[in-house]
Amino acid sequence: MSPPLLQVNDLKKHFPVRAGLFGPRSERVYAVDGVSFEIERGETLSLVGESGCGKSTVGRAILRLFDVTAGQVILDGQRIDDASPSALRQMRRRVQVVFQDPFSSLNPRMRVRDILAEPIRNFGLAKSAADLDARVASLMDTVRLPREALNRRPHEFSGGQRQRIGIARALAAEPELIVCDEAVSALDVSVKAQIVNLLQDLQREFGLALLFISHDLAIVEHMTHRVAVMYLGKIVELAPKQEIFAAPSHPYTQALLSAVPLPEPGAARSPIILRGDVPSPINPPSGCRFHTRCPFAFDRCRIEEPQLRATGSDQWVACHLDEPPQGWRP
Amino acid sequence: MALLEVENLQTHFRTPGGINRAVDGVSFHVNEGETLAIVGESGCGKSVTSMSLMRLIPEPPGRIAGAIRFAGRDLLQLPDREMRAIRGNDISMIFQEPMTSLNPVLTVGRQIRETLMMHQGLDKQAAEVRAIEMLTLVGIPEPKRRVREYPHQLSGGMRQRVMIAIALACNPKLLIADEPTTALDVTIQAQILKLMLDLKRRVGAAIILITHDLGVVAEIAERVMVMYAGRKVEEASVAELFRAPRHPYTQGLLGAVPRLGSSLSGASKRLAEIPGQVPDLRKPITGCVFAGRCPLVTDLCRQYAPGLEEKGPRHIAACHYAAKGAVAA
Ligand SMILES: Nc1ncnc2c1ncn2[C@@H]1O[C@H](COP(=O)(O)OP(=O)(O)O)[C@@H](O)[C@H]1O
Ligand SMILES: Nc1ncnc2c1ncn2[C@@H]1O[C@H](COP(=O)(O)OP(=O)(O)O)[C@@H](O)[C@H]1O
Ligand code: SF4
Ligand code: SF4
Ligand SMILES: [Mg+2]
Ligand SMILES: [Mg+2]
Repeated sequence: MSPPLLQVNDLKKHFPVRAGLFGPRSERVYAVDGVSFEIERGETLSLVGESGCGKSTVGRAILRLFDVTAGQVILDGQRIDDASPSALRQMRRRVQVVFQDPFSSLNPRMRVRDILAEPIRNFGLAKSAADLDARVASLMDTVRLPREALNRRPHEFSGGQRQRIGIARALAAEPELIVCDEAVSALDVSVKAQIVNLLQDLQREFGLALLFISHDLAIVEHMTHRVAVMYLGKIVELAPKQEIFAAPSHPYTQALLSAVPLPEPGAARSPIILRGDVPSPINPPSGCRFHTRCPFAFDRCRIEEPQLRATGSDQWVACHLDEPPQGWRP
Repeated sequence: MALLEVENLQTHFRTPGGINRAVDGVSFHVNEGETLAIVGESGCGKSVTSMSLMRLIPEPPGRIAGAIRFAGRDLLQLPDREMRAIRGNDISMIFQEPMTSLNPVLTVGRQIRETLMMHQGLDKQAAEVRAIEMLTLVGIPEPKRRVREYPHQLSGGMRQRVMIAIALACNPKLLIADEPTTALDVTIQAQILKLMLDLKRRVGAAIILITHDLGVVAEIAERVMVMYAGRKVEEASVAELFRAPRHPYTQGLLGAVPRLGSSLSGASKRLAEIPGQVPDLRKPITGCVFAGRCPLVTDLCRQYAPGLEEKGPRHIAACHYAAKGAVAA
């Protein structure tokens, strides 16, 4: 059996930071602190959790935008995290990214034509100049933009159109996995629906795998196959969509889902209101990192860190409770 | 008489590309103690509407016309001095990003104190006591310590609480909240929405809540006005709007958001798209503002702008073809 497309094993990324402005002693931000998961070909795995929980850092580690502190990132059986520069080049082609703000990630001076041609040239994908032109033109068709737009620059486009250009550029490299880091979060409702539909069409058409990072839980539910819920650098629950949304097990997952306001006036909702904010990842709480905000915390939670354990065929939860709390039901 | 009556508000901006008709003939009212939501996608004129109410539009390039009657007086006719007395006192406002309206070099306590000293004539000591009371009221832990802190020492959720404390310090009759929870995580949003609901019950202020999130509307508003391209296209009670949206744009918006829990009732359906994008407000629009994106458009729509008409019980919409009566969409 072939290995999964992507395997992440006990990934850690700690950022050194200076304590205070003139502090001599350097501290660490435990941004990602032991995260493991796999993504199959053609699958969407979503990362959710409050801001600062380490979602983007996981995405950036997979893109190898920095060296990881510990752990492994394995693409199709090959290590990305310690790959040689030449091996890395090919792997870079296979994993692409779409960020939240397409404008900041598109060079404002370049025409769309050149933005799309760059990765094709870089990875030597075109057989000839004519092939390059043909590929660029067909990318525009793929993301449903008019070919006439190839000579325009990013600022001449609306947010939704720029995001289409960002997607086209990612597709230009013919990737197998795309990291979508809040790729639709900044878009307006009607445009967001267009881009979500486009991503789903492309996934089907090209058999793409997606690592979908988002704080919009309704969009995640719509898009995803599986979900990993992160809290302070750790995965606290990992399960297929149906389990997460029908029977969330971890108290944090329940709190997140319960907090989403529903477009149904008078819906009898009783959100679990968490106390305060996410604590600092410089000095994460002892034991279960969620214990300072968890409504079900008991003595053991403050001392012993819960490990991810299987609670169903494909459901993993890190919590000391034997049974999921019944406080909240979808 | 309503607390606030806005009549034919027109706020236009002179720009190099032509006149931007950001708000183009919008009328609405807010009753005492009521929560009105204004929804619509970005650029449709929500913030310009709220800034116009506060007379915070830079003139030039902006120009405001129409009437904004607050407790019977037309704010657009008031001298600047009287308008300053109303702002932050009778009407106050909170924004999406509190950092833009908090002063980074002053402590949180001082900023609340100054509002109180200016509008309520409290002395420094009385204002300090009240500032701590306000921080307690909005659920800030250790308020005595927090009054001495600067905005950057607080999290996003805490800053928004401080903004609410400042906004409510003078017991306003109307609170305008422009996307107050948009920049926050859902968990923190839930805290802030609960706080706003609690405070509303206690303080009794009317609220204009500006948001693009239909879930937030359903959660805390009583009435809702939908804006598109600088116009009001629909208005109804929240229950009525969600039950039977009449305008094709509103129907489109409701169809384009996936529902949490949709995967429980079988396979998720494809999201309904609204094709195209919002029109350029610098070009004159003849006919219906939504004609370029509407699935029901006809030649009539392209030629004649539909007026706002009663389509159901206290339910109005601007569409030639929106169904009247009790039929659901
Ligand atoms: N380059 C960096 N240096 C120091 N800290 C960082 C850096 N990048 C991210 N962090 C910190 O790591 C934590 C996780 O950040 P991030 O992965 O961006 O979270 P998320 O995407 O879930 O919001 C945050 O506390 C953030 O401030
Ligand atoms: N100071 C200004 N000068 C020129 N145009 C402006 C100014 N402020 C807002 N606008 C324009 O007014 C329109 C409505 O903007 P806004 O009310 O901020 O939209 P919303 O809050 O609904 O997203 C936009 O086209 C915007 O560019
Ligand atoms: S381990 Fe304890 S604190 Fe952590 S989520 Fe479970 S019950 Fe809550
Ligand atoms: S008037 Fe015509 S174009 Fe406008 S919303 Fe109604 S049907 Fe659509
Ligand atoms: Mg992020
Ligand atoms: Mg706005």
